[in-house]
Amino acid sequence: MKFVDEYRQEPEVHCVLEALKRVAIHPWTIMEICGGQTHTLLRSGIDRMLPETVTIVHGPGCPVCVTPLEQIDRAIAIARRPGTIFASFGDMLRVPGSGTDLLAVKANGGDVRIVYSPLDAVKLASANPDREVVFFAVGFETTAPANAMAVWQAFHGGVRNFSILSSHVLVPPAMEAILGSPENRIQGFLAAGHVCTVMGYEEYEPIAARYRVPIVVTGFEPLDLMQGLFMTVASLEAGRIGVENQYSRSVRREGNPEARRMIDEVFEVCDRPWRGIGVIPKSGYRLRPAYAAHDALTRFDVAGISAVESPLCIAGTIMQGIKKPGECAAFGGRCTPEHPLGAPMVSSEGACAAYHRYGRTA
Amino acid sequence: MCLGVPGRVERIDPNALGFATGIVSFGGIRKEICLAYVPEVKVGDYVLVHVGFALSTIDEAEAAAMFEDLAQLGELEGLDAQEPR
Repeated sequence: MKFVDEYRQEPEVHCVLEALKRVAIHPWTIMEICGGQTHTLLRSGIDRMLPETVTIVHGPGCPVCVTPLEQIDRAIAIARRPGTIFASFGDMLRVPGSGTDLLAVKANGGDVRIVYSPLDAVKLASANPDREVVFFAVGFETTAPANAMAVWQAFHGGVRNFSILSSHVLVPPAMEAILGSPENRIQGFLAAGHVCTVMGYEEYEPIAARYRVPIVVTGFEPLDLMQGLFMTVASLEAGRIGVENQYSRSVRREGNPEARRMIDEVFEVCDRPWRGIGVIPKSGYRLRPAYAAHDALTRFDVAGISAVESPLCIAGTIMQGIKKPGECAAFGGRCTPEHPLGAPMVSSEGACAAYHRYGRTA
Repeated sequence: MCLGVPGRVERIDPNALGFATGIVSFGGIRKEICLAYVPEVKVGDYVLVHVGFALSTIDEAEAAAMFEDLAQLGELEGLDAQEPR
């Protein structure tokens, strides 16, 4: 496929690797934010090709992983209601709540459906006017334009039986939380190319300046990632700070103005708890009051549900780049993809699942 | 979750709510995609698609420029990789 295959050619990846090796002198620790990038790095073996002086650690960019336990429990409580169709992206179904998961709710007769797009959930609501249709709106900025459009269409199309359980999270506040932590060891970032396709990278410029780090907006194929790492290492060695754009075929500095306008129409920024990390101020989206009729949180009276995490799971430490999955005592033993303790072992984008799948134990 | 897949726009249709949808081909697999966020798009352009929405029109000149930069790294003898395949 065009714009895919040419970024997976080994000779080109190795060409950039050689260039990286030539510039890399000092030890550096670089974080990739996005879980999709984590999996490409491990699947393509880039993590094992890099010089020993370059350490990559994996960030919190897995929406499934950071969705709080109590939000999973709220989803389960809604999905169990008679007369409800609960629609979700597939990877949320196996994430463990306090007692069960959405897949088990489905197995026990709950009407839980996997959809490809939030617009499919709006169509379900139009086709089933006597049922409540609730969409689990998880995701980063990348997914926000789609979820905003679903709410906008339901509102303006009079689809009153459609609502969303919003668990939207935002990347820049999480980066600031990591950089501002006394335990921080990250010296440079690969920013997530699809988040920046929507939002642009203006908001990363003050972060780069304040914490004196290079940030390279990076794509998702092996060649993109190797080039993003090369650019980051070259900047670190030269003492350059600021934002660079490796993924210029998709990302413009201002992002996508149409998509940003729709996000701003439907959502407002709010404080949000991140699973394993805690509340990060101004790090999420909730529906604006004008769209409150489509907010499942108030519509089904589930806001009061709270939950307590397993003390064995160190997901928060891993997602902040403080520890790697292999350093968890439960990794591969008490916690496996078949019997996960925490979400990073479940999600296709979770760091623990990636380490387990590709045989990285350290 | 933030998976984005490039595909070629084959058809553009305005829909009932005034937003364009269209047919996008992903290596021969065709899907109906919302084009509301890429008002500039033309048939034949490549778009980056996420959960049924085109989020950007892929800039072919920028893509080509990256491969030119790569060639300038000076390690491409015999690779003939200047042009995206």
